[in-house]
Amino acid sequence: MAGKTLYDKIWDAHVIAQDGAEAILYIDLHLIHEVTTPQAFAGLRAAGRPVRRPDRTLAVADHNVPTIGQALGVNAVEDEEARLQLQTLGRNVADAGIEYFQMGDPRNGIVHVVGPEQGRTQPGMTIVCGDSHTSTHGAFGALAQGIGTSEVEHVLATQTLRQARSKNLRVTVDGQLGPGVTAKDMALAIIGTIGTAGGTGSVIEYAGEAVRALSMEGRMTLCNLTIEAGARAGLVAPDDKTFDYIRGRPSAPKGAAWDMAVSYWKSYFSDPDALFDREVRLNAADIAPTVTWGTSPEDVVSVTGLVPDPDSFATPDKRASATRALDYMGLIAGQPITEAKVDVVFIGSCTNSRIEDLRAAAEVAQAAFLEGRLVAPHVRAMVVPGSGLVRDQAEAEGLDALFRASGFEWREPGCSMCLGMNPDRLAPGQRCASTSNRNFEGRQGRGGRTHLMSPAMAAAAAIAGHIVDVRTFLTV
Amino acid sequence: MKAFTRLDGRAAPLGLANVDTDQIIPKQFLKTVEREGLAKGLFYDFRFDEAGKEKTDFVLNRPEYRAASILIAGDNFGCGSSREHAPWALMDFGITCVISSGFADIFHNNCLNNGLLPVVLKPQEVEALMEEAKGGNHVFTVDLETQTVSAPSGAKFRFEIDPDRKHKLLEGLDAIGETLQHAPSIDVYEMKRALAQPWLEA
Ligand code: SF4
Repeated sequence: MAGKTLYDKIWDAHVIAQDGAEAILYIDLHLIHEVTTPQAFAGLRAAGRPVRRPDRTLAVADHNVPTIGQALGVNAVEDEEARLQLQTLGRNVADAGIEYFQMGDPRNGIVHVVGPEQGRTQPGMTIVCGDSHTSTHGAFGALAQGIGTSEVEHVLATQTLRQARSKNLRVTVDGQLGPGVTAKDMALAIIGTIGTAGGTGSVIEYAGEAVRALSMEGRMTLCNLTIEAGARAGLVAPDDKTFDYIRGRPSAPKGAAWDMAVSYWKSYFSDPDALFDREVRLNAADIAPTVTWGTSPEDVVSVTGLVPDPDSFATPDKRASATRALDYMGLIAGQPITEAKVDVVFIGSCTNSRIEDLRAAAEVAQAAFLEGRLVAPHVRAMVVPGSGLVRDQAEAEGLDALFRASGFEWREPGCSMCLGMNPDRLAPGQRCASTSNRNFEGRQGRGGRTHLMSPAMAAAAAIAGHIVDVRTFLTV
Repeated sequence: MKAFTRLDGRAAPLGLANVDTDQIIPKQFLKTVEREGLAKGLFYDFRFDEAGKEKTDFVLNRPEYRAASILIAGDNFGCGSSREHAPWALMDFGITCVISSGFADIFHNNCLNNGLLPVVLKPQEVEALMEEAKGGNHVFTVDLETQTVSAPSGAKFRFEIDPDRKHKLLEGLDAIGETLQHAPSIDVYEMKRALAQPWLEA
């Protein structure tokens, strides 16, 4: 019999019962936030059902929070509906006895930054959250997936999820990434290769030399973007880097339990003879710094490339979507992508707001600063750390001072301009170089035009005032 | 959950691929703590211009499709965010069935959990239905029992659906209630886990 994949192992270890095609899967960790939970708690109340495992649930406030004045708590939230939503979460978790990192608590931040940072995210776990970028936690070799609100209610009530088994897709990236090329570029290149529906029905395991070489934070960026390839979850097998990252964090196992946990975690890898339903291989050396030109994350182009011609697409609905995208983005087919002048730069989101991301952006800002170059006068550039603890770390390293001196705004943690539910958003027609994960129409604000890219590329764009290849930017 | 058995209704064609949940219901409508009332935000940026006026050319604004209960959409419908507000908004608008050649996983699940039927057909079948829906007669029949979609021309296509999902939809069953029948197994699982992975019980 063939061996098991990493996904198979986690799956098998969590199946409680089979109900037709659906398994009832035990959930080890449930992360919740204000936007996708009020209707779930209301449902529980209506049915008189308690929360089964408040101790395996953690709540944060992230989507709605303004990125200034958080010390005031919910009172900093001007929008009445948003404030009500945050207050509702506060009441719901208090009633249920769920731990909650409130606004202003340094441990609070974007849910997918907080879980790993606290050591809650661990290999071999099943993790869910009412947010599609839960795939981030797969970087630790945990089966982590986004769920809808009905499923949030189901997990709160039963600590299980009903689900049919997914297919196994392995994406192997061989070789080494070139200088100036990051996990973000790798992820965008993968989505460009397999498409936004390429992973539908599958869980993607990332493997290969270039993936192993990524830091834990790079792996989180890669897994974060898995959902943009249509797969609910991405996985990287845990290794010493994983264990080193977890060790000593507040919720990491301690003492004898640590050794027990590590030996358990070490069983989570794909057996050499495991069968995958599909395999995709890329060569890291072929990946250039990558940006998006359109309104779907699969609309990618190398920074040295040109905006594509809609006629070059295969199907009528793809051609229609590309034509619409170019019109929306205000771009012309055949134009070099570096001609796109930016108005706003956003460095943040659960994709790229960890300390290494901020360091990478700061490195570019500093190199430019030493040449006497600041953020271009027509650009509004903002840096939003992923959590209060990331903010504290960056400030201890002096990154905030460097960003400010270069003309960047240094903000307080939250989802910020990733989705523009809070006051940070684009005005119609504004073009944004963004380290976030979605370039959908209106995602960052109605009529806003988003180009996804890495933190270093976004910092370079802030200074150049247009999309620019960070590799040439750093040597001129 | 509302049961879904058979639907005779108007079908509206939306011939775009990769329609994401941000487009189905933009974020400004996610601040609600209710499930109801989201129809006003459905496809907001498609339906309304910057001044909040209806765009006359958008399919659901055209008189013949205003009362549509079936949406025929391009491939990979519902990609992006996990927001369940997307099916809630569709249902609040009156749409209880979406037909496409493919759905994003989370959206697909969210639909089924709310009694909205996602029908997957082959690309050429979806295209044929899309063409018919553009014509004068666009009242279609979707029958879950026989797993078929019938167009006014008489064209009939069969779709696949997981038998348990089908059963739950037909009966309008509550998934939580079903799962709680397995509560003893969950208890046992938790006891075993506490022994094998004590660090998770801190
Ligand atoms: S940063 Fe963006 S993608 Fe991540 S959780 Fe927040 S809104 Fe979602």
